[in-house]
Amino acid sequence: MTDTNCHKIRIQDKTVQLPGQRVLFEDPMPLDSGLSFGPIEIAYQTYGTLNADKTNAVLICHALTGDQFVSETHPITEKPGWWSLMVGPGKAIDTEKYFVICSSVIGGCMGSTGPVSVNPETGNPYGLNFPVITIGDMVRAQKRLIDHMGIKKLFCVIGGSMGGMQVLQWAVSYPEMVFAAIPIATAPRHTAQNIAFHEVGRQAIMADPDWCHGAYLEKNKVPRAGLSVARMTAHVTYLSEPALHRKFGRRLQDRSNLTYGFDADFQVESYLRHQGYTFVERFDANSYLYITRAMDYFDLAAEHKGRLANAFKDSPVRFCVVSFTSDWLFPTKANRDIVHALNAVAADVSFVEVESDAGHDAFLLDEPEFHETIDGFVKGCAERWFNGHGKGAIS
Amino acid sequence: MTAKNNSLRSDLRLIADMIEPDSRVLDIGCDDGALLDFLVHNRAVSGRGVELSQKGVNLCVARGLSVIQGNADTDLQYYPDDAFDYAILSQTIQATNNPRHVLEELLRIGQKAIVSFPNFGHWRVRSSLAFAGRMPVTQSLSFQWYETPNIHFCTVDDFFALCQDMNIRIAKTLFLDERGRQKKLLFPNLTAQQAIFFLHRK
Repeated sequence: MTDTNCHKIRIQDKTVQLPGQRVLFEDPMPLDSGLSFGPIEIAYQTYGTLNADKTNAVLICHALTGDQFVSETHPITEKPGWWSLMVGPGKAIDTEKYFVICSSVIGGCMGSTGPVSVNPETGNPYGLNFPVITIGDMVRAQKRLIDHMGIKKLFCVIGGSMGGMQVLQWAVSYPEMVFAAIPIATAPRHTAQNIAFHEVGRQAIMADPDWCHGAYLEKNKVPRAGLSVARMTAHVTYLSEPALHRKFGRRLQDRSNLTYGFDADFQVESYLRHQGYTFVERFDANSYLYITRAMDYFDLAAEHKGRLANAFKDSPVRFCVVSFTSDWLFPTKANRDIVHALNAVAADVSFVEVESDAGHDAFLLDEPEFHETIDGFVKGCAERWFNGHGKGAIS
Repeated sequence: MTAKNNSLRSDLRLIADMIEPDSRVLDIGCDDGALLDFLVHNRAVSGRGVELSQKGVNLCVARGLSVIQGNADTDLQYYPDDAFDYAILSQTIQATNNPRHVLEELLRIGQKAIVSFPNFGHWRVRSSLAFAGRMPVTQSLSFQWYETPNIHFCTVDDFFALCQDMNIRIAKTLFLDERGRQKKLLFPNLTAQQAIFFLHRK
């Protein structure tokens, strides 16, 4: 294993220096597909200080297009970290108390091994020779990182959307390593509708001639149009009709009349185009294919004889499931399925449905009730974990 | 004893006193979590709650309790048999769609059940209907008929009859007067404002 501090990544036609750390695991890792894959590099970022007993670690699992830059200015977009509202000094995930870890998922494009990484056998980027990975594989790779850090048990694993899937996978695969799990706006499996939207995105990418059957990096091309359309479609699924109406209505963009053409007359069009355009600058098209596929393949019950409750049998983990009323991508029903499965094995579970009109993205936004819930749950867990278990106090 | 004890509502305090320390408790309709919080901190129980109102659930989770948003009629089915030592249904049975089924579920998932409810046989209720000819609005039944969540009222004697019919053993009954004080009442069906039943399977 090799630890490195700073590292460079290639994103589109640029090379970017990333903050944070990375660790290289030379040994191949077994994948759910049956293949064995390696070496694997994990890029990660940490906030706060690991205590002497290594009992105050919180693992954050990021969503489809998230990354390890949870609570700092993003090195590419220069925007605040995607969960700065949740993670930081005095926040619900308090970096003055907890050692917060977030690693870029394998298959991603922010420094962990993915389709943009160079295949040591060929000297070229993996592209479509990268193996199809699963949420289970992502978590298996994260476990290597946590083991490498010498952390025996995570105080908490938390994440929304695909991050929530990883949280569930952690609790199911390594229950002895997780004290508290907070899956947010997620599901125990991807539904037909979820898969359908992902397929639209993938087809948009693959229809772009600049995708070059996945080998665009060697040909110095970027399938901007395809990736951008994929993002635009997906972005709509992260919002809600009321949120779109509130933000844009039918208002026109920098004009007072319709143009009777296909320019972005409406603000909502202009907004989506901007979302697509900026996304392309920070994300890799093949990563988008691989990560959406991993989400599609996610089905916790299938791994447990079709019964979700079996996955959680005898789980010692304390769960807090959170959903949002206007989230139609990972609706309350899907989150409640997790709760019912946990109830069926009498697991320790809390469940809150937060009233919000912001859609799926609500978990990233300023939703006071949501943050209070997480804050209360984490504090309640800390009371038990740090006092009840005599594992050393935190301030 | 902490200040929390003193602020616990008297009927909840009576329920708390029926519960053995270190046991597993499910509180259905746990409201803001006052009883659960007391049990977790003073009786070292492993406590879980179910609450219908979003506000109640959020209050509970924010105070560190394990509570889910759910409904006594529809969500108890997901719990396995014997999951708890005690299933508590406090001031909630009258708001369920199918009280008999809920009672069955309580004694399936809990070894013992504690059920408290407002007594519709109380003389004030009777007199409101008999003399004023109006639906009763009292201290423990504080809603107008058109907005009440309480849809299945019963009297103390009704509840005795249901338990007999369902072959449930009544281990203990407690009756509260209008000021929430526990009293040995001669005619509880007429004079108790609230009743607490401690139930076992037969």
